[in-house]
Amino acid sequence: MSSAMKNESPQWVDVCSFKDLQPNSGVCALIDGRQIAIFLMSKNEKIYAIDNFDPFGEANVLSRGLIGDLKGEPVVASPLYKQHFNLETGQCLEDEAVKIEAYATRIESQKVQLFI
Amino acid sequence: MGNKTRIVVIGNGMVGHNFLMGVVEAENGLSDNVEITTFCEESRPAYDRVQLSSYFSGKTADDLSMVTPGFFEENGINLRLNDKAVSVDRKRKVVISQKGDEIPYDKLVMATGSYPFVPPVPGHDNDACFVYRTIDDLEKITAAGKKGKVGVVVGGGLLGLEAAKALRDLGLETNVVEFAPRLMAVQVDDGGGAMLRQKIEELGVNVHLGKNTTNIGPGDQHQLKMSFADGEELETDLIVFSAGIRPQDAIAAECGLEIGQRGGIVIDNQCKTSDKDIYAIGECALWSGQIFGLVAPGYSMARTVVSDLAGEDATFTGADMSTKLKLMGIDVASIGDAHARTPGARIYTYQDGSDEIYKKIVVSEDKKLLLGAILVGDASGYGTLLQYCLNGIELPEHPDSLILPNRSDESVGLGPDALPESAQICSCHDVTKGDVCNAVEAGCTDLGSLKSETKAATGCGGCAALLKSVLDCELEKSGVEVNTDICEHFPHTRQDLYNLVRVEEIKSFDEMLSKHGKGLGCEICKPAIGSILATCWNDYVLKDEHLGLQDTNDTYLANMQKNGTYSVVPRITGGEISPDMLIVLGKVAKKYDLYTKITGGQRVDLFGATVDQLPLIWQELIDAGFETGHAYGKSLRTVKSCVGSTWCRYGVDDSVGLAIELENRYKGLRSPHKIKFAVSGCTRECAEAQSKDIGVIATEKGWNLYVCGNGGMKPRHADLFATDLDKETLIKYIDRVLTFYTRTADRLQRTSVWMENMEGGLDYLKSVIIDDKLGLSEELEAQMQHVVDSYQCEWKTTLADESRLKRFNTFINSDATDENIVFVKERGQIRPALKNDPRSETALAE
Ligand code: SRM
Ligand SMILES: Cc1cc2nc3c(=O)[nH]c(=O)nc-3n(C[C@H](O)[C@H](O)[C@H](O)COP(=O)(O)OP(=O)(O)OC[C@H]3O[C@@H](n4cnc5c(N)ncnc54)[C@H](O)[C@@H]3O)c2cc1C
Ligand code: SF4
Ligand code: FES
Repeated sequence: MSSAMKNESPQWVDVCSFKDLQPNSGVCALIDGRQIAIFLMSKNEKIYAIDNFDPFGEANVLSRGLIGDLKGEPVVASPLYKQHFNLETGQCLEDEAVKIEAYATRIESQKVQLFI
Repeated sequence: MGNKTRIVVIGNGMVGHNFLMGVVEAENGLSDNVEITTFCEESRPAYDRVQLSSYFSGKTADDLSMVTPGFFEENGINLRLNDKAVSVDRKRKVVISQKGDEIPYDKLVMATGSYPFVPPVPGHDNDACFVYRTIDDLEKITAAGKKGKVGVVVGGGLLGLEAAKALRDLGLETNVVEFAPRLMAVQVDDGGGAMLRQKIEELGVNVHLGKNTTNIGPGDQHQLKMSFADGEELETDLIVFSAGIRPQDAIAAECGLEIGQRGGIVIDNQCKTSDKDIYAIGECALWSGQIFGLVAPGYSMARTVVSDLAGEDATFTGADMSTKLKLMGIDVASIGDAHARTPGARIYTYQDGSDEIYKKIVVSEDKKLLLGAILVGDASGYGTLLQYCLNGIELPEHPDSLILPNRSDESVGLGPDALPESAQICSCHDVTKGDVCNAVEAGCTDLGSLKSETKAATGCGGCAALLKSVLDCELEKSGVEVNTDICEHFPHTRQDLYNLVRVEEIKSFDEMLSKHGKGLGCEICKPAIGSILATCWNDYVLKDEHLGLQDTNDTYLANMQKNGTYSVVPRITGGEISPDMLIVLGKVAKKYDLYTKITGGQRVDLFGATVDQLPLIWQELIDAGFETGHAYGKSLRTVKSCVGSTWCRYGVDDSVGLAIELENRYKGLRSPHKIKFAVSGCTRECAEAQSKDIGVIATEKGWNLYVCGNGGMKPRHADLFATDLDKETLIKYIDRVLTFYTRTADRLQRTSVWMENMEGGLDYLKSVIIDDKLGLSEELEAQMQHVVDSYQCEWKTTLADESRLKRFNTFINSDATDENIVFVKERGQIRPALKNDPRSETALAE
């Protein structure tokens, strides 16, 4: 399963090109054996990255969920059982005790980079 | 530690636990100043005994638990599980436990409940004799029930009948043996008892009244033989005693507390026993000569003690013993003075022998007040009657109007508005109408928040309907409209959104959001608007501007399975398939090692494809002539058919031919929910058309059309809509019905619910579709024709555009596969591995 620990000394790594992202939807990247869901929210032009593993459905599926916002928080809804995760923090909205990893993102010369 | 008050609670049953929750949640800070230990003799902490019988209908011990995870740990409560308090030394103020420990207390709370009374008949201690009180008891009964065929319940009261239902559920031939001359002797009178007996016997339970058991010995055919005083005998494999309860007062008696003549720990209005540092609450307590065998009075006692400990004034003032139950599907209710013991009381009864309904009300001499009532067979009036009784509301001029069947349209029910503020809405948690109104005013505008704020309707659930009507009434009064907005992003219903799309010719979600919404959208409004756009304009659903709107299944044109893989369901119109096409399916399934199953919709489902395999698999299927089956979409699914006149000796028309034609016509239609059809070749109805949204059955003179049926969670038979239609008219009607449905239904509303919610129902629908009352027919037909003409196979379009395929890569930056997806073989095919399956070596190696 993809519950490897977060990197001790995180750094910016190249993941893919901006064109590889899917507007208003998600893609999945594999970085050091870790599956990370990357979303492009066109409306606010933001890129979000969180773990792809859905702790409720126990499957790697979050990149395939619908995105949007709830009371202003950007979220993805898991495609399996519809729990929401905050795209900035990884916090699950339905269960305070569940929080998945979220990663900072940026664009550097057309490359999407994650801080991991 | 130090100067905290040490509280010891004996018994962690429903009331004991309610007391602990009361202390923890008390707003007066009580929990900071106390240190609590609770004894729990059972092997599991408190569970919902009231719902005990649901254990037989599939609830588990976990479902019944009343303890939220971490409750004891987080609140620093010392739980002595599996430990019984054996005695109390009041001088030294310690409780001595079975394990030999001494637990000191400053305040002691006895919440020991009661135990089932077992009459001392010779043989009562046989291994096949049981009681009905704990989960452990139920486990034993279940085990014994598996071995036997016949079961007997001794006792025809409330609990006895519940136990009888449980034995029925275990598949036993069930008997109830009652000493009294009627069932539920305490609650109902002879008339009600007779009706109840009739109903219960109809359910296959044998009722034996006026039977005094004198001996239980070994049987000839079965395990046991019961002998009765009248000389009769009954053989059975097991016996469940349910002959009443007795307060569990042994330790209280032994340490010298005052005990009632017929048992029960005597308490005062503060629930204190004869020792001022010891309280007793729940079924072990005797207040004013009464034991309360219900949970709600126990909860009020618990509340009283919480307040008393905090130094607040509180008194327990008795409790109402009215009850309403659903026994074996039969409504039974009893209120107040059901037996008309009040001097001068008058009685009205109503009996309907055909529908087996019995109702009785007891009113005061001046006919102004309701004193009591009994309802059997129809307890729908319980809430209203109870409110009259508890709140002393003056009765209408003719009190019998409260129990007579309501044949005119006027309602005799008591609107929530008529209730005083003090009216109790929820008796389990003592919530009054005033409490509910305050909570609504403070912002609880939906049932969920109201329940968590006031706790109403979270006990037995019996008050939920009343709570909802108080809520609606309050909202209406304060001018708050009941919110029908689709979600926080659009202040509109689905129908509003549909009309906006058509009238303003809106073509994309972004356009809709900027004109009529706010924020970014969510998983409710996006698919709903995506579906409306598809119904109206029928664009390719994965166009860039639509892709992000689709539900996950639609974005990959396949159904996601529990492990993140997908299923592949090609269309097989009418269920007809040639051997060659079948071979293609077999070959593809074999090549990609997919689990293969015939579906309930007369087609074939191939399961276990990873996302990157989807385009490869579909390319092969499309090349062989298959199309997408839309199994993922809220759209037309299948048109089932029977073999019909071509082969069947009874068939009167070609049901397969028509099914194929209909499926090809409507296959591209996106709709509020999925749509299913079926066509049968004659009235024998082998295609089950009457369970479908659209059903067609051949007649000698044409086709009969049925609409708005469905299977699934709440099955509904379709209604006959028009008869003996020629094919052209049939198709016209279907065009109109479906377009009208896509226009006016709510999101995720099947045709059945749509029609049931439509004012005027079937007749109205007929007037719109057949008589063209709204003058819409042509428009509806034209709109459907547009969908038919603009059909495209979504998989074909997708495969033809290289740029769309990138999204089907598992990873955007790697060719690796998802190592979390692991299969094992079962019956020769793959299935997702479960946690406990031994993982294969390849999986381990990774
Ligand atoms: C495959 C199949 C079961 C089977 O092995 O036979 C099936 C499988 C699913 N059904 Fe079904 N249903 C299947 C026939 C049925 C039938 C029988 C029929 O169509 O004659 C019914 C009852 C008839 C009806 O719908 O009125 C049926 C009533 C449901 C319901 C309940 C609908 C309702 O209104 O109550 C759902 C849930 C929903 O749609 O919200 C559902 C939902 C589902 C979903 C999509 C659940 C999900 O979201 O994952 C299943 C996924 C399929 C997959 O992963 O490929 N399925 N489902 C059948 C596919 C038929 C086909 O060829 O397309
Ligand atoms: C099948 C069934 C259906 C029912 N249906 C309804 C209903 O519909 N409505 C309703 O209002 N009521 C109903 N009741 C009654 C309701 O369950 C009781 O009123 C309620 O459980 C009483 O709570 P209590 O805490 O007083 O007793 P209990 O829930 O019995 O709890 C007492 C606990 O104390 C433990 N205990 C006793 N002595 C000791 C000791 N010395 N040391 C340690 N632990 C001890 C016992 O093992 C038990 O776990 C039903 C009961 C049953 C059995
Ligand atoms: S419905 Fe009629 S025609 Fe169709 S298979 Fe059954 S009997 Fe034959
Ligand atoms: S009356 Fe039991 S939950 Fe309200």
